[in-house]
Amino acid sequence: MKDLFRKREFNLFIFILFIIFGVSWRTPSFLYINNFVDILNDTAILSMVAIGQLMIIVTGGIDLSVGSSLALSGMSAALLNQYHPGIPIFMIILISIAIGLLLGSVNGLLVSQAKIPPIITTLGTMSIYRGLVFVLCGGTWVSAHEMTEVFRMFPRKSFLGISSLVYVSILIVILFLIFLNLTRTGREIYGVGGNKVASQYVGINLKKIQYIVFTLCGGITGLAGFLWVARYAAAQSETAIGFELQTIAACVIGGVSITGGSGTIIGVVLGAFFMGIVYNALTMINVSPFWQMAIQGFIIIFAIIINTVMDKRNQQLMLRKRSFNE
Amino acid sequence: MNKENSVLDLKKIRKISLLNIIWQWEIILLFIFIIVIIINSNLSPYFLDYTNLMNTTFNFIEKAIIALPMIFVIICGDIDISVASIIALSSVFMGMASQAGVNTLGLVAIGLFSGTTAGFLNGFIITKFGIPAIAVTLGSMSLFRGIAYVILGDKAFTKYPASFAFFGQEYIGNTMIPFELVLFFILAIIFGTILHKTTFGRKVFAIGNNSTAAHFSGIPVNRIRLIIFAVTGLCSGLASILLTSRIGSTRPNIAYGWELEIITTVVLGGVAITGGKGNIFGVIISIFIIGFLIMNIVVGLLLILAIMLPELLKRLKPKNSFGNVKK
Repeated sequence: MKDLFRKREFNLFIFILFIIFGVSWRTPSFLYINNFVDILNDTAILSMVAIGQLMIIVTGGIDLSVGSSLALSGMSAALLNQYHPGIPIFMIILISIAIGLLLGSVNGLLVSQAKIPPIITTLGTMSIYRGLVFVLCGGTWVSAHEMTEVFRMFPRKSFLGISSLVYVSILIVILFLIFLNLTRTGREIYGVGGNKVASQYVGINLKKIQYIVFTLCGGITGLAGFLWVARYAAAQSETAIGFELQTIAACVIGGVSITGGSGTIIGVVLGAFFMGIVYNALTMINVSPFWQMAIQGFIIIFAIIINTVMDKRNQQLMLRKRSFNE
Repeated sequence: MNKENSVLDLKKIRKISLLNIIWQWEIILLFIFIIVIIINSNLSPYFLDYTNLMNTTFNFIEKAIIALPMIFVIICGDIDISVASIIALSSVFMGMASQAGVNTLGLVAIGLFSGTTAGFLNGFIITKFGIPAIAVTLGSMSLFRGIAYVILGDKAFTKYPASFAFFGQEYIGNTMIPFELVLFFILAIIFGTILHKTTFGRKVFAIGNNSTAAHFSGIPVNRIRLIIFAVTGLCSGLASILLTSRIGSTRPNIAYGWELEIITTVVLGGVAITGGKGNIFGVIISIFIIGFLIMNIVVGLLLILAIMLPELLKRLKPKNSFGNVKK
């Protein structure tokens, strides 16, 4: 039982329940099932991309280009749909995933082969990809009436009251739960983040792992780009500006160590859900949306401080346990 | 580079050929600068006009003023991506004060003070809890600009005293030299002297090369990092005064995305992103290169190229003459 309380995911879960209780006490409509479906829809894309970000942060990197590559793949999907309405929807999905994979692998190559620090690489590609979005659309945007019915309705189709958008994100969560926990490569990702030098001595290919995490993150981002554009029925050059911050926030709130080596998918999904609930609650209790950014920044700093302090305490506890056993 | 040189004896170092001088980063930057000037003057015959050149500097001197302390931050092995948000925060506070009828001197004080406080806050959290600078400034980037949005919403402050316009719009006497430009060069001399001629500067390099070793040598690592972050905040406040004075209004999205350009400038100037290496001349040249080249994609490409080039150059350099000896 004591171990359960020491788990960050569990604490976060309790905290989320606490917020739900507090808000619904003031505005009972917060508890309506429709509202929760809304929150799920709002956080589906965020939690998917945050999983990609998680893998990169676990290896000790960071990806600031997710917002831009999401916009680029989304814009490509929308333009494709606009000019060639005959292309079946699954082809468009595959193409946007492929574009995402390509953008991610460029990041991966620069980080693993050219040995540029991830923050600089992705800071650079962030503006390159965003610039390419401008080049691609020429400053105009693709709006709802220029998209086909199938394209727009894809994330909205619902089954048992839950939209396909949520099903897709659940699928991604399950896939990556299996990948990170049960496959060799998945465990190697954690190994690299724990100790780069040691992991190379036990035979982990550092370059390969770095390339894989950036490419996979790109793939998820590509899929998310299509879903984003279809869901909001608009592709603009400003799509998803600042989204990279939200994904990083979801990670640190979910207990991912920013220096790498630790972090779980469940934590990240809870982190994304937490942010969704906070934003939703703010609107519910009539707080201006202009507060969102400040609160997001505050939560990031607060969560990082809590993480660091708890990490240090856990390390001390581990040391004490070990000396006790000896 | 230093490490490798010390292994060699002095005679070998004196043998540095002309080729190696050409390969030095600052010389390459100068070439790039000349190419940029040639391209620009071909594109427009008015580019090399004295008045035009002076007026173009208005567009990038505010960024350049933040790039100076950013050299120290990056040499220390840290990074500060909240600088543009500090500009927004200081500008909003100055706007509020101006609305309440504070005079120009008071506005300057408020701008500098709020910038310094924001920078100090960054440094305090980073050094107190031992959190990587990237994580903290990522959060404060969102927090500071968020506060600006909370205060302003979709409105703007436009009422500033007439004398406040001096900082960002006026020239020195009857010459066409902007006040901003002169201020920048004074600051560049001060920062350059501190970095290269004082013990404080040497300590900064020591921290960047090996902060643990620096700590055990008796250098107050955390205090120096805290000072540097506070000074970065101070310079962001100063840049905010100049920018607000120049455009005469404050919106919450003021200076959006500047952190990228500032960091690119510093890295292109030859400051190693991993810390411990760099000098002020390279950064000053790169300020003018990027200043005359205003394009998003180009800035991103330059950033990546600047990091890749040293690796490439190492391979191109003639072996065994500048320290590329096999260990």
